[in-house]
Amino acid sequence: MLAEFLQYLFTGITIGATYALIALGFTLIYNASHVINFAQGEFLMIGGMATVSLTAMGVPMILAVVLAVVLAGILGIALQRFAIAPAKQADVVTLIIITIGASIFIRGIAQVVWGKEYHVMQNFSSDQPIEVFGAVLNSQSLWVLGIGAILVVGLVLFFTKTLIGKAILATSMNKEAARLVGIRTQMVLMLAFMVSALLGSVAGIVVAPITFTSYDIGIILGLKGFVAAAIGGLGSGVGAVVGGLSLGIVEAMAAGYISSDYKDAVAFSMILLVLFFMPRGLFGAKVVERV
Amino acid sequence: MFKTVIRRAGKCAAVAAAGLMMMSAQAAEPIKIGSFLSVTGPASFLGDPELKTLEMYVEKINEEGGVLGRQLELIHYDDVGNASSARNFASRLIRSDQVDIIVGGSTTGATMAAVPLIEQAEVPFISLAGAVVITNPVKKWVFKTPQTDRMAAERILTDMKDRGITKFGLISGTGGFGSSGRTQTLEVAEAMGMEVVADVTYSGSDTDMTAQLTNIRNTSGVEAVLNFGFGQGPAIVTRNYAQLGMELPFYQSHGVASDSFLELAGSAANGLRLPASPLLVPDSLPDDDPQKEVVQNYKAEYEARWDSKVSTFGAYAYDGLMLAVRAMEEAGSTDPEAVRNALENIQGYVGVTGVFNMSPEDHNGLDPESFRILEVQNGEWKLID
Repeated sequence: MLAEFLQYLFTGITIGATYALIALGFTLIYNASHVINFAQGEFLMIGGMATVSLTAMGVPMILAVVLAVVLAGILGIALQRFAIAPAKQADVVTLIIITIGASIFIRGIAQVVWGKEYHVMQNFSSDQPIEVFGAVLNSQSLWVLGIGAILVVGLVLFFTKTLIGKAILATSMNKEAARLVGIRTQMVLMLAFMVSALLGSVAGIVVAPITFTSYDIGIILGLKGFVAAAIGGLGSGVGAVVGGLSLGIVEAMAAGYISSDYKDAVAFSMILLVLFFMPRGLFGAKVVERV
Repeated sequence: MFKTVIRRAGKCAAVAAAGLMMMSAQAAEPIKIGSFLSVTGPASFLGDPELKTLEMYVEKINEEGGVLGRQLELIHYDDVGNASSARNFASRLIRSDQVDIIVGGSTTGATMAAVPLIEQAEVPFISLAGAVVITNPVKKWVFKTPQTDRMAAERILTDMKDRGITKFGLISGTGGFGSSGRTQTLEVAEAMGMEVVADVTYSGSDTDMTAQLTNIRNTSGVEAVLNFGFGQGPAIVTRNYAQLGMELPFYQSHGVASDSFLELAGSAANGLRLPASPLLVPDSLPDDDPQKEVVQNYKAEYEARWDSKVSTFGAYAYDGLMLAVRAMEEAGSTDPEAVRNALENIQGYVGVTGVFNMSPEDHNGLDPESFRILEVQNGEWKLID
């Protein structure tokens, strides 16, 4: 009984941590620009696929990871520089549509370069699962949770302790005012996209041994990540983490105790409920209309 | 024996006739073979090897003198995996290209979309898609080369029964392939007096099936587990199965019978069984297996020509084209009615997928035994039965 519950919980937390990391990427860009970056899933894909293909070429794992993350970072900057920035004063909705276009473009390139097959990545440590009270835990899950926790703490420190982090926050609150006090807002936006891409690619790399990776993995995981961010309240870091974890756990519990057929239905009903009673999500900021 | 002699003689005569009529042969209209396949798009893993196979063997047959002294002409359209364009292309093949026979339809959706039109136009059609609905109930002008998912279910359940298993857990994908496989498995299990004690599903985008497998493991009386699914899902199920340390006999469907599955599932796949085309184990087939030579030749020729791994899907196209050629040779013309009748009466055609015995009641012509039961041992396919 306990073993069963624990098994579902472990499953849920692992999937949930993945969703949370993706949701954080959404949150970051949303905070800086109020844009929902639908190319977030693509960063995830780039991280996983680049690591796999580099290791296949004989590059040591560590170096491959670093190169993949750097590649994603460059892509993030390029996305902002060549797709978002030229649109200048366009509506947020227009910018969101641009990110959808960019994601299709990136996916297309990935398909041509890497092909359409699914690829495997080795576990970071042993393949041997860990047993806890009769339930088993994939050792890679610990990596996902550990790296996820480090990234979350890192982000919190970044936003509260560094000048650049504060500059991003300031830009998100009031772009004009931020510019007046000497913040280069274009630079800040570029930075937000870069950090978000780094975050996404790291998430893509740590989950690849569990989920496999392919050119279109970003669609599925990106969407779930967005849902997690919406539950938590777009723009809230804590919300992204809580939203991701609860989405994952609810999915796993529903699959285990109710029926796997209704798993997604239960998860999406939960979203409806949350948004119905708390339209800005669990931890969403109160919006004050400026007059 | 006598039959083959006659056929050889017939071929010689045809070649001689072709030689004699050089002048008129050049003027003779080529035989038009129409095809619509999903060469690009989500089902491209089906359509791509199918088209390559058709192109390559049409070329080869033409080099060897064609059929009935006439050259073959392949007219092909890419339906991108879209059923409505499949219908449009089938219509174009019939009306404007006026093809003599159609070999195509990579997916069940594309095939079924084109069927009403083809039935109406009365053109022989050999489909390359899997589902039972294509040839059951029998449609006058429609034939198909792949085994049905029902046969796969029968083959798996028979193997279970041979091992003394009567109660098993079923985990299936919610996609078209998985849900059709689930329905067939439930029906076959009932017919064979076996019991499906747990029945769970996962959706194509799921990245972890531990919860569903735990559910099966905790069901009392489970003696084996069967996973009916397609794509990366079954590979994840296989890995989760190993992580949970489940020791029950584990079966997969023919949907994952490819080397890429072994690569994805890794060592977790060891010990699982599945029904598959002999194309996966060409060299371990016994020497008296009639398919051995055909399978080995197809694999060698395909891999030499395209420099990529052969796939079971391409083999469906091979069998489709060869059945079409054989029917036209036996009919002695390309008259649609005659070709259809000849197709329906083909007996003992040894193909890559299996040995085809068509009849008016069976437009597929294969039996479940054309699937071989394979077991994964040390990361490789091993022929069991």
